[in-house]
Amino acid sequence: MTEEMTHPLSKYLRSAMMPHIWCSGCGNGVILNCFVQAIDELQTDLDKLVVVSGIGCIGRTAGYTNTNSFHTTHGRPIAFGTGVKLANPELEVVVISGDGDLFAIGGNHFIHAARRNTGIKVLCANNFNYGMTGGQQGPTTPLEALTTTTPYGNIEHPFNLVHLAAASGATYVARWTTLHVRRLTQSIKRMLQKEGFCFIEVVSPCPEIFGRYNKMRTGLEMMEWFRRSSVVENFSDPSKAEITPERIVVGEFVNIEKVSYERLLHEKIAQINEKSVGW
Amino acid sequence: MAKQRTLLTGLHFMNGDVACAEGAIAAGCRFFAGYPITPATEIAEHLSERMPELGGIYIQMEDEIASMAAVIGASYSGLKAMTATSGPGFSLMQENIGLAVMTEAPCVVVDVMRGGPSTGQPTLPGQQDVMQAKWGSHGDYEIIALVPSSVQEMFDLTIEAFNLSETYRVPTMLLTDEIVAHMWEKVVIPSSEKIRLVNRKKPNIAPEKYMPFMPDDDLVPPMACFGDGFSFHATGLTHDEQGYPQTQSSEVQHRLVSRLCDKIRKNADRIVRVEGVMVEDADVVVVAYGIVARAALSAIRKAREKGIKAGLLRLITLWPFPEKHVAKIAKQAKRIIVPEMNCGQLVREVERSAKETPVVFLSKLGEDPHTPMEILEAIRRSG
Repeated sequence: MTEEMTHPLSKYLRSAMMPHIWCSGCGNGVILNCFVQAIDELQTDLDKLVVVSGIGCIGRTAGYTNTNSFHTTHGRPIAFGTGVKLANPELEVVVISGDGDLFAIGGNHFIHAARRNTGIKVLCANNFNYGMTGGQQGPTTPLEALTTTTPYGNIEHPFNLVHLAAASGATYVARWTTLHVRRLTQSIKRMLQKEGFCFIEVVSPCPEIFGRYNKMRTGLEMMEWFRRSSVVENFSDPSKAEITPERIVVGEFVNIEKVSYERLLHEKIAQINEKSVGW
Repeated sequence: MAKQRTLLTGLHFMNGDVACAEGAIAAGCRFFAGYPITPATEIAEHLSERMPELGGIYIQMEDEIASMAAVIGASYSGLKAMTATSGPGFSLMQENIGLAVMTEAPCVVVDVMRGGPSTGQPTLPGQQDVMQAKWGSHGDYEIIALVPSSVQEMFDLTIEAFNLSETYRVPTMLLTDEIVAHMWEKVVIPSSEKIRLVNRKKPNIAPEKYMPFMPDDDLVPPMACFGDGFSFHATGLTHDEQGYPQTQSSEVQHRLVSRLCDKIRKNADRIVRVEGVMVEDADVVVVAYGIVARAALSAIRKAREKGIKAGLLRLITLWPFPEKHVAKIAKQAKRIIVPEMNCGQLVREVERSAKETPVVFLSKLGEDPHTPMEILEAIRRSG
């Protein structure tokens, strides 16, 4: 009899949900691994942690993490998370979702949550396309990339997500690829210790679909692209950090202090009630 | 003297939107998320002032989609939560109303109906969203909808809406209209200990044994909230009693969707409220709701003065539809008249329930609801 081996982080996963739905070579497992590694190192109180996801491949993450979790409608995890966080500011709300969910259908919620500076932590898997529905063009698809809906090459300019997040008011903005597991884990830890709205983009391989159409058929080939093109430039100008085939600027772009919406709200409530006593 | 931090009591003169907002506060609502829209904006304005006084949360979201999502999030964090809107915003909320149905999030949605479709007539009344309230989100489901006819009922039925949503874990709608919402009337607010409040059932088992969607005998599962120490998953996907997705099982789909419908349908007798006025011996019964019911009441009184046996069945609950009550009056009445401020919506439900009894529909669109004389004329013609 051999002794049964369990992964030291498996307690953070709902084993009844396994096996997961992700393809081989997909980066979502790496992102989930880095996330649970980060909460393990921080000894995050799981009773106070709420993981919220939208729709898409990475959207299943909420179900896989063994904590309070909610799988919303497409594009709405940040709006849902806003209600959770304001109703109970003691909860740590982490949104883990994809580029299509957060920046196409859910783009409005992203920019407004960042503007308000609600203390929601957003971890975005950017795989450059809609994987779950079979590989359609999305808001981050690179120019000229082939997808099932851009068979002649994409003519839409993609969002530069870190620039968008910084311009919208996020207090912490970083980008990594799934190749940068240690840096990503450290970055998630830093994000979880901040008060306001935070955003980490994780450039993630989708070899089964995006890669297949764009001459990177295996996870290894996609990771090779990340290795070849990534340059770490901490606190560089996010407006100059567009992702191109030749260059993926990674690192921390923003790390500032700003009072969160919920703190201002509860201070205001206290102020109103204090003042009113004198009436 | 400390500023009014508690609930209002006593006699007040206020408009319907404010009465609704005060009803929400009296019901224990401590979270409001909304987006400005005529003719519901006064609810948001009033709550933006009142919520902070009570330690509650008011937030203006970026749109109605976000408002509804935030309401569900707050409900799952344990607060009684509400949004308020009108037709265009109600349309935007529909997908997340389906999410609230599927995840059984108690919440209240106020729709102050104006003229549609599309932007329509923002400052004029309508009753054009009554079918959208029932069928607006995709899939099969049941919700509860209440219709106030007065400013007093804007207060009373908002409380009732919260109580029903907490009892059945279902989004409950207050379907009102521009006239009732903007009308000023006397409102009597009882002291808080005289107001009956219902709070959702909490699980009383060990967290590791908790199954978030395992119903009790009343078909409603006890609800843990985030932070309660129960660590559960909820999803808009078809899910089993554990809350885990089951997207390939026809058995789970059948079990879940049937229960979501049955928890309302099988409790319809407990939920449904109507008011009958002189219906016992009536040859002609007017079935009406909202502001139109007030003109109908005047009409049947005038008809009685003229010796016509007329009665009014005022629907307070629209959904689940009071089919038994309509069927009962249909046995006695020779004719039923349904005045609505639309092109014929709830009249179809009345026809379905009335079976053989002839049903006359009176349509009205635009500024004025039916006058008592118009309804009286219809009673006369059918008498």
